[in-house]
This record gives sequence, C-alpha cells and structure tokens, in this order.
Amino acid sequence: MSHTDWLALVTTLELSAVTTLVLLLLGTPLAWWLARTSSRLAVAVEAVVALPLVLPPTVLGFYMLVALGPRGPIGGTLESLGLPHLAFTFTGLVIASTIYSLPFMVQPLKDAFAAVGARMTEVAATLRAGPWDRFFTVVVPLARRGFLTAITLTFAHTVGEFGVVLMVGGNIPGETRVLSIAIYDHAESMDYASAHLLSGGLLAASFLLLLTVYLVNRRYLLVHP
Amino acid sequence: MRAGWEANGGISARFLLRYPAFALDVDLALPGRGVTALFGHSGSGKTTLLRCIAGLERAPVGQLSVNGEVWQDGHRCLPTHRRPLGYVFQEASLFPHLSARRNIEYGRRRASDGLDAPALAHVVDLLGIGHLLDRRPDQLSGGERQRVAIARALAVKPRLLLMDEPLAALDLQRKQEILPYLERLHDALSIPILYVTHSPDEVARLADHIVVLEGGRALAQGALAETLARVDLPIRLGEDAGVVIEGVVEAEDPEWHLVRVAFPGGTLWTPAHGRRPGQRIRVRVLARDVSLTLRRQEDTSILNLMPGEVRELAGDTNPALMLARVRIGETDLIARLTRRSAAALDLAPGRAVWAQVKSVALVG
Repeated sequence: MSHTDWLALVTTLELSAVTTLVLLLLGTPLAWWLARTSSRLAVAVEAVVALPLVLPPTVLGFYMLVALGPRGPIGGTLESLGLPHLAFTFTGLVIASTIYSLPFMVQPLKDAFAAVGARMTEVAATLRAGPWDRFFTVVVPLARRGFLTAITLTFAHTVGEFGVVLMVGGNIPGETRVLSIAIYDHAESMDYASAHLLSGGLLAASFLLLLTVYLVNRRYLLVHP
Repeated sequence: MRAGWEANGGISARFLLRYPAFALDVDLALPGRGVTALFGHSGSGKTTLLRCIAGLERAPVGQLSVNGEVWQDGHRCLPTHRRPLGYVFQEASLFPHLSARRNIEYGRRRASDGLDAPALAHVVDLLGIGHLLDRRPDQLSGGERQRVAIARALAVKPRLLLMDEPLAALDLQRKQEILPYLERLHDALSIPILYVTHSPDEVARLADHIVVLEGGRALAQGALAETLARVDLPIRLGEDAGVVIEGVVEAEDPEWHLVRVAFPGGTLWTPAHGRRPGQRIRVRVLARDVSLTLRRQEDTSILNLMPGEVRELAGDTNPALMLARVRIGETDLIARLTRRSAAALDLAPGRAVWAQVKSVALVG
C-alpha cells in the first residue's frame, strides 16, 4: 500500500471515530427525547433525522458545501470573525458526516430506549436514584445492545461515505482524502490492483465488524430472553 | 383511635387530578402505622392514588404529608427520588441486569440511612430469600422475584411502604406462598404500609385500615372492623357483606377439632386446624350467617351464641331485607334479616339480642 493510501486509511478512521463520538454525545439525548416525548414536534424531528437515509449524499454534500463555504451562513460568519471557513477541511467533513450518519445513531438508540420502558426508571426513582443516576445505571446497561448497534453502524456508515466527502471535503491527502475517494481515484487511473486491495480490505473489515456485533447481540439475547 | 394517629403524625393526602376519561378526587387521613388497604375495582383510581403519593404522577392540586413531613404542598413537590418511601410494583420490576443481591443493594447504597447489615440480614431472613441472592431475576420464579422486590424496597429503610397489588401477577399457589411473608412483615414493621388490592382475601388477612375507592373517590375510609360493620354503606369484600374479627386462640378442643378465639368482648368457636393457643388469628363472619333472637336458644346446632345490643338498622339492596349492626362487647357484627323478622322482634337501636353465628371462616 502506498503512503497516500495509508494516509487515506488513517484519515478515514479518524473521521469515523470523531463522527461517532460527536454523534454519541448529540444523538443520545435526541434519541432519549424521541423515545419518551409525547410532543407532536417529535414526528417532524424524526422525519428530519431520517432524511439522510433517502437523500442522495451529493444533495446533502451540496448544501453542506454551500453552508460551510466562505459565502455560506456558517462559513461566512466564521470568516467575518476572522476565522477560516470550513469547506475542504477535516472539521467541515466531521460536521457533514455527523448529519449524514445521524439516523444510524439515533434510530437504534431510540428503539432501545423505548424497549427499556418507563417502568425501570420509575423503579430506580423509588430507590433514590436521581435522573442522571437512573440514566447511567439503568437505561444505559439495559440499552447496551442498542448502543453497540448504533456505534457500529455509525462508524461503518461513516467509513463508507463518498458523495458527501467528495462535495464538502475534496481530495486533500492527510486532511480530507478518505478511503472511498482513494478507491475512486485508483479506479479512474486504471490502477485496479490498488483499488482491489482497498476495496477488498474495506469489504472484509466491514463484514467482520458487523458479524461481531450481531454475534455479541445474539449472545446477549440468548442469555437474557 | 383518630387521636392516636394524629399523635403519630399519620398521613394526610389530598389530590385532584383530571384525565379526559377519569378524575381522582380524594381527601384522606390515614394512620401513621399498620396496613391500610386501598380497595376497589380496576379503574377505581387506587393505583393512580398510590402513584400520586410516590410522586410518580404529579397531581396539579395536591397536598401530602407523611408523619409530619410535607411531600407535596401547592407548587412544592418533592421528586420521587427524594421521598423516603419504598415501592413494590405489581409485576416483576427487578433490574434484569443485576443479581438479586445487587438489586437489593441498588437502593440501600443510595439511601442516606439504608438498613444496616444486621437489619438487612433480618429482612432477607424474614422473606426467605437468603439462598437466592446470587441469582439473576430470570433465574427466579414470580413469587421469588416479588419477595426480592419487597426486600429491595425495605432495604432503603422507607418511612412509608407503598405496595401496588404485589400479588396480582401471581397464580393462587404463589399468592399462598407469599402471603405468610406479608403477614410477618405486617407484624414486624412499625412503618405505615399502603397496600393497593382488589382482593377481599388480602384485605381480610392484612389490612388494619381500609379506604374503599370507586370512580376516583373515596367511598369510605376507617379502621377495617368499623368500616366493614357499617350498615349504611355495606362494603362487600367478595360475595357478601361481613366483618373481620381479630382475636387470639384461647383454647383448643382436640376431640372436636375446634379452637376458641377470644376477641374484645367475646369468644367464638371455629374449626381452625393446627392453630395453637396464643396465636393471633383473623376470622370472617358474613352478614348472612348471623341471625338474631330475643332469648338464648337452647337445643340448637349453632355453637356461637353471644349476647349483644342492636346499634343500627339499615335497608339492604333487596327491599325485603335489612342489615343490623350488633355490638358484642367491643366488637361489631352485622346480621342480615328480613324486614318482617325485624318488625316481629321489634328491633330498634338499644334492643338487647342474642346473635347466633352459623359460620365463622378462618382467614388465611
């Protein structure tokens, strides 16, 4: 594997890890709210969360590019404050990936929180546990399969993104050039050997990751029917 | 009796809560110790009332104080986790990811004044769960799970124990398995217990005090014996109106398999196999099994004949029948008789009569 390919792998893993972490922090409260609320607003929020599932990634990428670029509402504001805009940067990529992978974090978590039910947190409240305590000692352990699924899917989905990265990130080695872009470049330049290596590696790694998750979840399932 | 609870603080609870199809509107004064049954059909509001007391349901209009401590008043409302209570839910509610021991420790560790180790060991022993502590909830039977849940609620050393039909999800055999433990708790605990149930048998066995709920309102509240003896509002525990009498086994007659039970103001013979003198037991006497005579009958098959005084008469649901409350010493019985009999005997409050009790059922 060439040096630039290694760089692309490192960038990919970094992007996926940071995106997953950011989504875990943002997606968990959102999923909790969606699982518990009776607000009518929830339906609209859920539809927005699911949008990245159906939109072409290029559409999302296009809007992100506009928003984060020097003339966009976000990038422009940053520039007027003397800060760099975010198009074609790693930070911009993280922001775009966070939105792109949002449903993969929120939906499994929401289902897991709904399955835990209100009863268990009520029980914990009668045993002197405050709201945060209840969440971390009762909800999180009982929703652990949902967390595992959400984290894995978010990570794997971010590893696999292409259209959004192409629009927002461009192709800067060590900054925004990820594996999927590298594979595209190799195929374009007829370097099928390198494309095979990266594609095959990605395929095998993704399969093994998902296999592990399903095995672990199945084991939990068998232990606690 | 009322003065007694007030000295102890007691529980005063007033809630007004409206849902589209249901409203809870109660104003209760309950004793600060013993078991109070919240009795009623499903939909009568008993669980909602219990949840309001626990703070799991927030009644917009509410006032609640427990033995001198205010838990809710106006806009001030303590959240559930700051209320010193224990709660036993209807169905198995153990945390599935924790062993029985860690379930019990969950609340005990968080309570500032949870049970100390010897007291916890005593509760574990009382509930007979010592050998189950290292099992996970899915390795326990329904009855065992509920006993662990009761121990978990007691381990926080609550100042009020709330039990929401703790036996309803169990089959008859499991109920019979767990009731003796509840009776032991009743005798061992000095804190008030509010016990939601629709089971007449559980009321008769466990309650000292009763609140009868219907359609979100308290139809009657008071000491169990007094409330069941009300003829103006006959409370039917099961198939018929009747009273529950608590007494002590005074003597046994092994030849005829009978025991004599002494209660305040009299004695009753009852078949009670295996009960020993000195044991405290409860019996139920139904209105239909009590008849009244003006003179003591001789040559009758009825064993229990007691002198008493008619205190109150009231119509029954059937226009041909009446209910009479008869005072025997310090205990009330109710008797059902026809209006014609009442007229023939010229019954009126103050009239001395003999009560003949045809059948006495041991409770439990």
